[in-house]
Amino acid sequence: MRPEQPTTAPAEPALSCTGIVKRYGDVLAVDGLDLEVRCGECFGLLGPNGAGKTTTIEILEGLLAPDAGRVRVLGCAWGEQDDALRARLGIHLQESQLDEKLTVIETLRLFRSFYPRGRSVDAVLELLELDGKRRSWVGKLSGGQRQRLAVGCALVGDPELLFLDEPTTGLDPQARRQLWAVLQSYRAAGGTVLLTTHYMDEAHVLCDRIAIVDYGKLVSEGSPDELILSIGAPHIVEVAFAGGAESQSADLQERLAALPDVDTVRAGESSGAWTVTAAALHRTLPALARAAAEMGTEIETLATRTATLEDVFVALTGHRLRDD
Amino acid sequence: MTETRSAQPRHPFVEMTITRLLVMVREPEMIFWVFVFPLLMALALGIAFRTPSETQVAVAVEPGAGATELADTLAAHESIEIIPVDPGGTETALRDGLAHLVVVPGDPPRYRFDPIRSESRLARQTVDDLLQRAAGRKDVWTGRDETVTATGSRYIDWLIPGLLGMNIMGTGMWGVGFTLVLQRTRKMLKRLIATPMRRYQYLAALVAARLVLLGLEVAALVGFARLMFGVPIEGSLVTLGTVSLLGAMTFSGIGLLTASRAQTIEGISGIMNVVMAPMWICSGIFFAASNFPDPLQPFIQALPLTALVDALRSVMLDGNGLLATGPELLILAAWCAASFFLALRLFKWR
Ligand SMILES: Nc1ncnc2c1ncn2[C@@H]1O[C@H](COP(=O)(O)OP(=O)(O)O)[C@@H](O)[C@H]1O
Ligand SMILES: [Mg+2]
Repeated sequence: MRPEQPTTAPAEPALSCTGIVKRYGDVLAVDGLDLEVRCGECFGLLGPNGAGKTTTIEILEGLLAPDAGRVRVLGCAWGEQDDALRARLGIHLQESQLDEKLTVIETLRLFRSFYPRGRSVDAVLELLELDGKRRSWVGKLSGGQRQRLAVGCALVGDPELLFLDEPTTGLDPQARRQLWAVLQSYRAAGGTVLLTTHYMDEAHVLCDRIAIVDYGKLVSEGSPDELILSIGAPHIVEVAFAGGAESQSADLQERLAALPDVDTVRAGESSGAWTVTAAALHRTLPALARAAAEMGTEIETLATRTATLEDVFVALTGHRLRDD
Repeated sequence: MTETRSAQPRHPFVEMTITRLLVMVREPEMIFWVFVFPLLMALALGIAFRTPSETQVAVAVEPGAGATELADTLAAHESIEIIPVDPGGTETALRDGLAHLVVVPGDPPRYRFDPIRSESRLARQTVDDLLQRAAGRKDVWTGRDETVTATGSRYIDWLIPGLLGMNIMGTGMWGVGFTLVLQRTRKMLKRLIATPMRRYQYLAALVAARLVLLGLEVAALVGFARLMFGVPIEGSLVTLGTVSLLGAMTFSGIGLLTASRAQTIEGISGIMNVVMAPMWICSGIFFAASNFPDPLQPFIQALPLTALVDALRSVMLDGNGLLATGPELLILAAWCAASFFLALRLFKWR
């Protein structure tokens, strides 16, 4: 990759933006975002539907003009030498549908022809594991194969920077893992990625750093582990008490919050269930059992797990990442 | 072609033209509307309006006294066909066009018919002549008939250039306009401009793919008309090709213009029908544009399809060259230039 810069001037980021704003009528889709993607990293924009991810990424891709703010991509601004810049980028859009009546190889060859240099179509077919489907019509591919092809169309130009807008939305777990493998091999060759997703596990697996966005604003930023540590309580205790609704009281919530090392307490999905975030399980759990005995209720179910980015999102915004 | 060769991309303009063509010809509906439908139209209209061997007049005789004798008198003539009717059924036979004329026996007989129908007026004339002669009238003289059934002056000869013009219009408008809006709604235009693709090359490839198709559709219709009905091409094929090419370019431009802003399939379908319907009716595809009142003529003559159809007829039927079709070609060229100019200014890639 690029040679090491003198110590005073850090290497220029692959992409940066400051203060970008985009308004649609009354809706502030993007509300003053600052982002920086370093060379060689995979950077994730994580947020729920409608958070402004697509709007943001399309502004960064030069497909949408921001109302305010500054964008620099690979050291260039949009509107200077766009064709030369586009030849160095690979872009996957959330909603575009490839022609169903073209074959896989015809589609890749078409996209390859746009780039002055890049990978051979055969190499991309192999990377996508679509070699056996080269003569199939796009319309006959499975959802996962079609999505891999769409990403492949962004890879034929051998881009320095790859943009992916929700590349695995709607795919089954196996198809998602196949796509992750394609991205990991692109990364292994030194490529930089900016991706958006509303899947916390995807962000955790793929991304070096993540920006959590909600209502067009940056909520928090850091590596997945940093983000989980930042909520101060890496363990989640899901507890449900026998007796249902009557134990769902403010009194109970206070008792739970007073347990040792407990950070937050939220009512769970079903009645009588609570979600407790805790820093140290070996102190919290015995105290929880004692408290239940003192109150004269029984613990019906108890489960613990390590905090996820989902919990980070809930802790920071007060609502859930996914509506389903 | 080996696998590796086939994987080598060609120039983007070539790749785009080929892929556009492939998408079009792999669409069965497209094949039907561009290639099969015009042939079916030509076949149906060619058969319906073929020159009859003998003018047949269909006559119904109102049942009653003297009806049988009257029917026998008329039936003796080969140009008359007697339609049998039940009592009270003559009105229906007349209304449904089974009989052109109803004769009510009597002295003198009465003729019942709709004077708006020319075949009914003809039937009245024929029957009246026959009955008067049968009653003893002597003709002063009989004129000699010279019937014209030479190729080149039949309805089918006149119709084929009209159908060709209509087809060139439809394929250009749908092939360019509809495709563009479909690609826009599928966010493919946005996807394409996210690559270093040259935008003008994409639009040029769309038009080029349409022009390749043009050669095939002109050959199919003109060849079919020639084999099936012996429709002649009096002018040169080069002239016919040039006129068709200019027509196809013009309607590609108009297709591009209609698609420049439309965001939905319903939107573009509506716009296209609004643009094309007046031309289907007024531009003289099925019947002469001169049937419309004089005050409308300047507008009708300025329509691009009128100009195209007139130019095609002038080449195919009168054997004219490019110079003689100059005015029509000028009108087409003006539409072509104006629509491309406007379309490229208004066109939205998103
Ligand atoms: N073209 C548009 N016109 C009006 N509102 C839009 C448009 N695009 C996006 N929005 C609105 O902007 C907000 C952010 O949308 P988007 O960027 O698509 O979010 P995400 O990709 O995170 O789901 C949403 O409230 C959406 O309804
Ligand atoms: Mg989105």
